[in-house]
Amino acid sequence: MRDDRRVRLGLRILALGYLAVLLVVPVGLVFYRTFEHGLAPVWSSVTTPAAVHAFWLTIEIALIAVPLNTIFGIVTALALVRGRFRGKGAIDAVINLPFALSPVVIGLALLLVYGRGGWVHLPFQVIFSVPGMVLATIFVSLPFVVREVVPVLREVGDEQEQAAATLGASRWQTFWRITLPAIRWGVAFGVVLTTARAVGEFGAVSVVSGRIAGQTDTLTLLVEKRFQNFDLAGAYAASALLALISLATLLAMTVLKPRKDRG
Amino acid sequence: MVGGPGALGLGLATLWLSVIVLVPLAALLARSTDGGLDAFWSAVTSRQAVAALKLTLGCSLAVAAINAVTGTLVAWVLVRDRFRGKGFINALIDLPFALPTIVVGIVLLALWGPTSPLGVNVIATKTAVMLALLFVTLPFVVRSVQPVVIELDREMEEAAASLGAGDLTIFRRIVLPNLVPAILSGAAMSFARAVGEFGSVVLIAGNIPFKTQLASVYIFGQIESDNPIGAAAVSVVLLGLSLAVLLAIGALGRWGARHEG
Repeated sequence: MRDDRRVRLGLRILALGYLAVLLVVPVGLVFYRTFEHGLAPVWSSVTTPAAVHAFWLTIEIALIAVPLNTIFGIVTALALVRGRFRGKGAIDAVINLPFALSPVVIGLALLLVYGRGGWVHLPFQVIFSVPGMVLATIFVSLPFVVREVVPVLREVGDEQEQAAATLGASRWQTFWRITLPAIRWGVAFGVVLTTARAVGEFGAVSVVSGRIAGQTDTLTLLVEKRFQNFDLAGAYAASALLALISLATLLAMTVLKPRKDRG
Repeated sequence: MVGGPGALGLGLATLWLSVIVLVPLAALLARSTDGGLDAFWSAVTSRQAVAALKLTLGCSLAVAAINAVTGTLVAWVLVRDRFRGKGFINALIDLPFALPTIVVGIVLLALWGPTSPLGVNVIATKTAVMLALLFVTLPFVVRSVQPVVIELDREMEEAAASLGAGDLTIFRRIVLPNLVPAILSGAAMSFARAVGEFGSVVLIAGNIPFKTQLASVYIFGQIESDNPIGAAAVSVVLLGLSLAVLLAIGALGRWGARHEG
């Protein structure tokens, strides 16, 4: 289009205005409200026993869910791009389901399998306990690594892998020496997204957690609980902690994006 | 199959996907009819469920439509305009993906809730529902349209301008046709996300039955009041919607790829 300054300025004001009203002003306001009385009350609010427990539980769940989804994601991406088998389209569609499904529906589905009167009975408690929360977190964050690695694998092609195989490398050697280095930034980007989602999940975890104080409260559940108990300052403090994790995620995304796109 | 995961890898991937995703969804489908088809039907067609589903559909369609316009606008400005802090704004677009949904709820309440410094309180209104849904779906259209705007051939726009076409005509006749597949797929993803949204609306929407109660909040309420089978019935409707949207997005992707080639 012609470089009409007035049009350009008008569009810029509209776009930035929309972002400001919807995104920037509310987020800024919460940070202001959180820290308006200084750092001390925020610190004491995020170091109560309940908050500390919620923090470590959140980390623990992420530490189980993220590595499992990373390994699974790489294997599935390899199968989808390099493999030739029937039902590829079906796997491709199922992979995306966790993105399109309501987290509440995901939580309910787990409840119906592992809960009272459910299909599966394990020797340990799953629902209203940590294993159920881990399963819910794995479910909701499942597609990220696959989605990020598939396009990178397509892009790099398989000539180098073919060459390695011709020179006598085993499948395992080829993966470690050729494939993994080529896709590492895509994997890293997927891991960042998986972690952010795992730490921030609310709906699915909420259904299966049972909200037992000091036992099955994650940070997001703590935010809601404090809000419902009219502890607004406490809810803000826990939110700010989660928001800091989100900002770290954004930073990592911004740093990793160009490397990933360069391949 | 050089570089592939081998039969063992494929088997493991399939097993993982089955245990984590397919078995729970199969249980959802099977157990939604535990009380018989009549019970399923009456759960789905109960007045409160129908109201929640209608509200969810209406709001999600509106959100998709608004995002199609605002998302395209933001993507356009981020690519074609030059101003200080553009890189920062560009990184900020992903914030709704990075921010936990419950924090989004807290954030929106701070500005639009009872303690708002603006003195506006939209809590427990449809406006509140729309604000929450627009917040969490903001990145979809922007991120799907942005790469297409970068790839646009500016010579075509210049040629049209030199032949005397106005800005609006150029946008409508030259630019927009190239963006349509990306806009539609971004809008469809916004729609899918909005249909299932829970965390960001649960605090601000008030969840008043027949007025501001979305389907996912209704399902949550049914679970809380120990009616998992009724909850499962309404969930199956949402599951069907999700699948339909995913298939539509897949078809759009293939159409877009043909469009380019």
